Amino acid sequence: MIELRNITKSFEGRTVLNDISCTFEKGKTNLIIGRSGSGKTVMVKNVIGLIKPNKGEILYDGRDLIKMNKKELNMLRREMGMLFQGSALFDSMTVLENVMYPLEMFSDESNKERLKRAEFCLERVSLTGSGHLYPSEISGGMMKRAAIARAISLNPKYLFCDEPNSGLDPKTSLIIDDLIHDITQEFQMTTVINTHDMNSVMNIGDKIIFIKEGVKEWEGSKDDVILSTNESLNDFVFASDLFRKVKEIELDEHKSK
Amino acid sequence: MKASLHKFGEYVLLMNKAISIPDRWSMFFKQLIKEISKLGVDSLWIVIIISIFIGTVIAIQISLNISSPLIPKFTIGYTTREIILLEFSSSIMCLILAGKVGSNIASEIGTMRVTEQIDAMEIMGVNSANFLILPKVVGLMLFIPVLVIFSMFTGIVGGYLASMITPSLPTSAFEYGLQYYFNSFYVGYSILKSVIYAFIISSVASYFGYNARGGALDVGKASTNAVVMSSIMILLADVIMTQLMLA
Repeated sequence: MIELRNITKSFEGRTVLNDISCTFEKGKTNLIIGRSGSGKTVMVKNVIGLIKPNKGEILYDGRDLIKMNKKELNMLRREMGMLFQGSALFDSMTVLENVMYPLEMFSDESNKERLKRAEFCLERVSLTGSGHLYPSEISGGMMKRAAIARAISLNPKYLFCDEPNSGLDPKTSLIIDDLIHDITQEFQMTTVINTHDMNSVMNIGDKIIFIKEGVKEWEGSKDDVILSTNESLNDFVFASDLFRKVKEIELDEHKSK
Repeated sequence: MKASLHKFGEYVLLMNKAISIPDRWSMFFKQLIKEISKLGVDSLWIVIIISIFIGTVIAIQISLNISSPLIPKFTIGYTTREIILLEFSSSIMCLILAGKVGSNIASEIGTMRVTEQIDAMEIMGVNSANFLILPKVVGLMLFIPVLVIFSMFTGIVGGYLASMITPSLPTSAFEYGLQYYFNSFYVGYSILKSVIYAFIISSVASYFGYNARGGALDVGKASTNAVVMSSIMILLADVIMTQLMLA
């Protein structure tokens, strides 16, 4: 579990995050949503320790990230996996070498065991047989899956995903969403996803935090989104006609019950 | 001035981060071998080609410009050797390598920066500067003496070839000039200079690549800046070392 307490962050006098408190729960997919420039990315960067907040606490199962020294932070980072928007696979390495990389850097297991673990991770994301390919030789969806395999190779407690569906078609997006959701429950990880994708919100939003202009505007689950009367949230989530109609149908069904 | 000092401070901090004990020696040696192959071995062909041609041109130019009967013909071989040993194979060759190797390093690390590959390493808890920069610096410093020796040898071979095709430059006189008043210290001096240049090329290019921000255009800018700055630093180091070791 990750707990944020009164996080405030400013850049050159401009407050980007203002007194945000929330909890990212274990075994659940926790989504941070909000418009571009609302402070989502800054929030995630604070949570993973790439940026230090001006005020507040970030607790990883009770351990305060802000008070950690460099060594402690490095140790904590070995418990983290991260899926970047552009996958961030190492170009000079094959898919298998990418997945092996964290294991080679930090695992004390034998080479044979590391290879076995890497192959297991590739199998888990349905990339068996693609290990010999370079990132430039595979599709966007495969790159995301390879990046997920790399992120889970060290069996992390915390998984962070930055726009996991950007640049993917709707079908592949669903596959990636389901994969993230499944591995979160399977390995009981605390997963934090920064997304714009409303399909993801409705598909895997176990817990949703809506950020507006650096302030936490709303918090709830995907079921609560439908019933929410928060105007800003409704404007954002149900911006398209399709989603507005879906909401109307869902609300009618809810009333008839 | 303030901006330059700021950049110098950033460079020192980055080197402090990069030059530390590697997280995993096995990974360091794996990277080191890759870098020696990529930065050093792959540069051999260009070093050989340039050295042969420049050696040839130096010998021909000197033979054409020294036409006085008062100056013995062996002076051409002697001068060619001195130019190649003292300046060409170390300083000029390293200026050329600053273009080839420096831009390679800056663009590679810069691309990794803008595509979040370096962030990915940092999130994993890897000292990205140490993992990426140290093998390049050590690899180039280890291999540059080989490049310099190849350059010296092939440059002199080039001069010798010139003596075979130039009527005003007898081969026997050229051979005599090559051996005349030979000072082996110059070879060591040249190699020592090149090792320092190797550090300049690899570290300056790494600095510009590591601090690249934005997109492809910024990676290109970082690459250009790396070549320009490392060339200036090489020339400055050349003056200082020549003054310290030869004057």
